[in-house]
Amino acid sequence: MTPEEFKKIGDAHRKKRKDFPNNINVCTAAGCVSLHSEKVKEALEGEVKKQEKHKTCRVSGTGCLGPCASGPLVSINDGQALYAGVTTDDVPEIVNNIDKNPVKRLVVPPDTPFFAHQKRVALEHCGKTDPESLNDYLAMDGYQALYDTLTTMSPLEVIEVMVNSGLRGRGGGGYPAGLKWSTVEKAVGEKKYVVCNADEGDPGAFMDRSMLESDPHSVLEGMAVAAYAVGASQGYVYIRGEYPLAIKRLRNAIRQAEKSNLLGKHICETPFSFDVDIRLGAGAFVCGEETALIASIEGHRGIPRPRPPYPAEYGLWGCPTLINNVETFANVTPIIRNGADFFAGIGTEKSKGTKVFALAGSIKNTGLIEVPMGISLREIVYDIGGGIIEGRKFKAVQTGGPSGGCIPEEYLDMPVDYESLAKAGSIMGSGGMIVMDETSCMVDVAKYFMDFCRTESCGKCVPCRVGTAQMHNILTNISRGQASMHELQLLEELCDVLKHTSLCGLGQTAANPVLSTIRFFRDEYIAHITHKTCPAGVCTIEPEKETVS
Amino acid sequence: MSASVKIKTLTIDDRHVGARENQTILEVARENGIEIPSLCYIDGLSAHGGCRLCLVEVTGIPQLLPACMTVVEERMEVSTQSERLRKLRKNILELYFSERNHVCSVCVSNGNCELQDMAGETGMDHVHFPYLYPDLGVDITHERFAMDDNRCIMCTRCVRVCDEIEGAHTLDIKDRGIETRIITDLDQNWGDSETCTLCGKCVHVCPTGALFEKGKSVGEMSKRRQFLPYLALMREEKR
Amino acid sequence: MKKKSLATLWLDGCSGCHMSLIDIDDRIVQLSESFDILYSPLVDVKEFPEHVDVTLLEGAVSTDEDLEMVKKIRRQTGMLISFGDCAVTGNVPAMRNKFELEQVLNRGYIEMSPDNEIIPDQYVPKLLDKAYPVHHIVHVDLFLQGCPPSADLIFDALSEIAAGRTPVLSGRTRFG
Repeated sequence: MTPEEFKKIGDAHRKKRKDFPNNINVCTAAGCVSLHSEKVKEALEGEVKKQEKHKTCRVSGTGCLGPCASGPLVSINDGQALYAGVTTDDVPEIVNNIDKNPVKRLVVPPDTPFFAHQKRVALEHCGKTDPESLNDYLAMDGYQALYDTLTTMSPLEVIEVMVNSGLRGRGGGGYPAGLKWSTVEKAVGEKKYVVCNADEGDPGAFMDRSMLESDPHSVLEGMAVAAYAVGASQGYVYIRGEYPLAIKRLRNAIRQAEKSNLLGKHICETPFSFDVDIRLGAGAFVCGEETALIASIEGHRGIPRPRPPYPAEYGLWGCPTLINNVETFANVTPIIRNGADFFAGIGTEKSKGTKVFALAGSIKNTGLIEVPMGISLREIVYDIGGGIIEGRKFKAVQTGGPSGGCIPEEYLDMPVDYESLAKAGSIMGSGGMIVMDETSCMVDVAKYFMDFCRTESCGKCVPCRVGTAQMHNILTNISRGQASMHELQLLEELCDVLKHTSLCGLGQTAANPVLSTIRFFRDEYIAHITHKTCPAGVCTIEPEKETVS
Repeated sequence: MSASVKIKTLTIDDRHVGARENQTILEVARENGIEIPSLCYIDGLSAHGGCRLCLVEVTGIPQLLPACMTVVEERMEVSTQSERLRKLRKNILELYFSERNHVCSVCVSNGNCELQDMAGETGMDHVHFPYLYPDLGVDITHERFAMDDNRCIMCTRCVRVCDEIEGAHTLDIKDRGIETRIITDLDQNWGDSETCTLCGKCVHVCPTGALFEKGKSVGEMSKRRQFLPYLALMREEKR
Repeated sequence: MKKKSLATLWLDGCSGCHMSLIDIDDRIVQLSESFDILYSPLVDVKEFPEHVDVTLLEGAVSTDEDLEMVKKIRRQTGMLISFGDCAVTGNVPAMRNKFELEQVLNRGYIEMSPDNEIIPDQYVPKLLDKAYPVHHIVHVDLFLQGCPPSADLIFDALSEIAAGRTPVLSGRTRFG
């Protein structure tokens, strides 16, 4: 495709959209779909016809609108009004009022803090475009960044922009993306690969899923730019099989892009060729670890291997491979389009840009959010999240899933950036954020995550294989009131062994939920051990085992 | 081997040693008589990196690195016997002993077992973690060999030798985490295996009494491993 | 030098470690210069003394009686030595641990003895849910592995203790 054709399609589509003074966007990401938003969409389409407004009002499906808990969500006239909790019964009224005042009882106030504190970069198109329409994406200047990159920039210039943007890997590690790209670019290999890690598996995390469901083209475009920069000709999206909707939309997007010569041979009539294939994960959390992911794509058992060598040097089938996660790739086109300074201007000294979080737990506004780095946890929990449900007391916020930790109240004013979170015993992680209140027992939380690690450990290295099982047993004993202080000591010892001797990130960080809860909520452990009570009333204390004291 | 092999110099436990590029720390250490403990590594098979006993400290790198899979670098400073490593190795060995039902006194490999020797060498004289006592079985369906899951440490030497040297790939791994087990074919009885060639290589690379020849009693199963480096070398030259 | 007091006993074990102790042969004379054996299957004393300096404890902790005994020994002993694999690891007695207690009793009393119909609950000590290594119940000061530990090892360990040193056995012992 040439820029003229680009423009033509975009303009035509924009004009087409303008021909409809009114539009209704219904969220069709998994959260709202699970609340039957597709029925609402059908009803709206029927009602628009019935009220003979189909020449002025367009109904379309769109990606995630944000406050998932109050779905199904419907956006009127490009965000003029946002309706929450829409049912098919509300449909006639919505259509009737489309060019009048919004339906008051459904409307989410536009100045609600949920939106006011957010900044959208990776999610820029989320909720604004139809994820199944390439034309919609083109109308938003989609693939312009790729075209400009291919025609006006050298690979090194692209990498320079990425380096200057300060973007760090959004999968959890926070490794500077530009540096990784540059390493792969420098690596010598006949063939190179770009892999998008969409094997999102942290409990409570749904950022990657939402992004792929809402705006798959931006991820593909980011991958293509990366492939051009590092010199790769083949890409893979490794996505977990549990995400059927995201897979369907991604497949559709790949097909559309291939048809329009935005992927495949000689993209946009340039010498650059890049194919993308999808590989489905079969439900192993450890396959999110990059070396296990590589093994899985290669068709082997999905187990990690020691690094170095890093995939940047020795990856898929031994070739240099760039692996970034979904959000990292989604940030690429906004950076290319708006320049490195735009991105570097957001966030903190060491953590630039924005971060997408999946806000979940005992909080009023659960959903998908994107915030500038450096925002405080308090703002996220109380302003965006709307505080704790049912007037309960805040206890902790869990970030980073099974590799992260629980951050207590005294750290709420801490800025959200890689370093601060690490200092507080947690990690940024991929963006899962679970808010817990006084009805959560921290021993139980630690036990839950250890159970997760135990069942997800691949079993290759002994510290993780046996250590997680041992720790889970001890935590179970503690939660039942059947443990002694000696066992708490063993638990801490095992944390140390796992951290330093496990083969991959899963084992090395499996102790974090335990360590952070022991650090901040030691009194709860003591209560279970010495006083045989669970302060939160979650754990069932069982009578002392009659055998050994 | 190509004519121009680059040589790297490094120190292991303050000793200056020379190495060919692409050699691992473990290979170089053993060539120089420096013993680094390991259970999954065996000369002649691909490295696995799972037993974590060969972890060493390298100056300037915060993480511990597996000697069996870490390629030497110029001026690398390797430490293999620090107090911290000794302590971690002991703990790892204890985890091994706590995982399954290792009862040395009634084992066919008593006195010829690498796990048992390793405990002796590292001074691991008791297990302070709770024992897990899993309920595991023994597969005695094969006409010549037997597999006792109770004594398996999941080093995967048998899986690797069956695949890489014998080329049969009868043995593999099922499940994950603490539930991982060595299986034959599609988790069938060994005796029903149509791919097993009865070569017995798996039995002889097994570091413990998990794989043994039938008819052997306590302490009678000694393993012969000399064939392996030889076979591996022959393969390489043929290639 | 003042003689140290020594106790030896076995819980759930086969007495093999004590046989190995006897295997030090004439060197027992040498040891008797440093130790008074106050309590042992080898001497006829019924009650465990109020205080002994060193106790060699063979066998795993398998019954309620063992449990009481091991706690008492710990209270009344200066240096407690886990003597042999059963004490150190549970060894053969612990091979029942992967089964439920009920299964074990059934197997022992009913299935294996066709003429017997009951599992005795009087006059015999009650089995614990599992057979435990001694140090999983009480603190242990020294571990002498082996099934059994060799006579030389036992002699050397006791000689070191007699001389007031902590025996360093690393590299000389092994399980099994």
